[in-house]
Amino acid sequence: MNNIKTIAKRELLAYFASPVAYVVIVIFLLLTGFFTFMLGGFFERGEATLTSFFIWHPWLYLFLVPAVGMRLWSEERRSGTMELLLTMPITPWQAIVGKFLASWIFLAIALILTFPIGLTVNYLGSPDNGVIFGSYVGSWLLAGSYLAISCMTSAMTRNQVISFIISVVLCFLLILVGFPPVTNFLYQVLNFKPWLVEIIAAFSVMTHFDGFQKGILDSRDLIFFLSVMVFSLFTTGVIIRGHRAG
Amino acid sequence: MIKVQNLVKTFGPKRAVDGISFSVERGEVLGFLGPNGAGKSTSMRMITGFIPPTEGSISVGGFDMVENPIPAKRLIGYLPENAPAYPDMTVYGFLSFTAEIRGLAGDARKRAVNRAVEMCFLEAVLHQSVDTLSKGYRHRTCFAQSIIHDPDVLILDEPTDGLDPNQKHEVRTLIRKMGEKKAIIFSTHILEEVDAVCSRAIIIDRGRIVANGTPQQLRQKSDWAGAVTVRVSGVSAAEAMQKLAALPSAKRAVLLKEEATSATVRIMPKPGVNGALTQNVADAVRGWRIEELHTEEGRLDEVFRSITMPDTVKGEAK
Repeated sequence: MNNIKTIAKRELLAYFASPVAYVVIVIFLLLTGFFTFMLGGFFERGEATLTSFFIWHPWLYLFLVPAVGMRLWSEERRSGTMELLLTMPITPWQAIVGKFLASWIFLAIALILTFPIGLTVNYLGSPDNGVIFGSYVGSWLLAGSYLAISCMTSAMTRNQVISFIISVVLCFLLILVGFPPVTNFLYQVLNFKPWLVEIIAAFSVMTHFDGFQKGILDSRDLIFFLSVMVFSLFTTGVIIRGHRAG
Repeated sequence: MIKVQNLVKTFGPKRAVDGISFSVERGEVLGFLGPNGAGKSTSMRMITGFIPPTEGSISVGGFDMVENPIPAKRLIGYLPENAPAYPDMTVYGFLSFTAEIRGLAGDARKRAVNRAVEMCFLEAVLHQSVDTLSKGYRHRTCFAQSIIHDPDVLILDEPTDGLDPNQKHEVRTLIRKMGEKKAIIFSTHILEEVDAVCSRAIIIDRGRIVANGTPQQLRQKSDWAGAVTVRVSGVSAAEAMQKLAALPSAKRAVLLKEEATSATVRIMPKPGVNGALTQNVADAVRGWRIEELHTEEGRLDEVFRSITMPDTVKGEAK
């Protein structure tokens, strides 16, 4: 546990020692503002909800989270510090979890910095703060799932650009399979077998993020996000072990 | 402290390390020699637990590196090739991190960092970030990291690579000093380093151990070991050559330099004559004026070359 904390602390400080942290946070805040007010029609809706805020998160994270996660292991491999880290008296799991947690906490910080929008909606009306809280939790879990996937692709290559692109594509697939136009299309292609389409759509982050946005904390949604994370981190471990075995 | 048995590592069809066995005890400094690509770094990576061996066993301080890696790794300080360090951290931050992950906390951590900083002369760059350091400083930062927990076992992959002569000297002195209490393995292809630092040396070629002994013993393998070089005057070069080449213990004599008044001749010994040649030469030159006479100790670089590239060296000899 202490080792995980030490690694996470180092990794988190490394974010703030480089411009990545500030760029990601500023862009995230600017884009959420832009999408919420300009495209989401926050005021036009005339509702005291943050729907127009959270609805964009799967799309924003699609690019920002891989940008945060792409360096996790590829940088470590490129600079050779992986050799240093994995010859320390720690298990590879502690390193993987520690690095993942650091990035996840970093994303939480970015998310928490959107608090003015919560204050705004509370000032303008009386929203259901339970729903808002649930949506924040869902958004964080969503970010964590993308992040775990980036972590995995980052372990595959020492090239950050390749790592970024592959993880964007994988995350995009996870969005697409639950995106209504795509599910409709699948429905037709698969010969109108709704059960099959439902199975495929169940793999989409959209389907599971929806519940949180409605303020429903469904254990199935929670388990979905957690299992994406556990699976991806496990695969990260397998990939890293594969590299070392040569 | 370190016991390596029948270590094998294959990368696809290539056997990078092919059945290496040796052991290192406390108080020994083992030099790992060999041409590039001989398997030195791969062996060290297996000993430090970075990559698993294909076959064979590694035990450090009694702990098996494959079965029980955590306690084994605790005993080891490791300086990888090219001295990697996190570029965005300051030297102090980096050392503090490595101390923390080695389980040092509070005052003990501060003391450990200070001690390592002092030993590696890093005071001047303590709060500079690693990516702004010169190669020598970066190297020493990574070296400081390897000794931060005062480990019983030190594994150093080319610790003097890229350092200037003064820094090389400092690092060698440091290794020799620490070698009194620790078990140290270090790799190098600078042969003078072996003499300066090692109590024992292993030469590796194509994944196998081809020589193992003290630097003195290795030198004995040289054709040159025991050769006598003499500079005489008051005698013609031809006469001197003839007389010296005819000595019973001499294999052949080589005229190194001929000047107006003097000649320099090197006499190679026949195998197995040991010290007899020196005595024979001393007797033979009686009556001539001797300006210089010394016995060669044998040269490591020649031994190294004749072991690792036997074909080329034979070719040159013809």
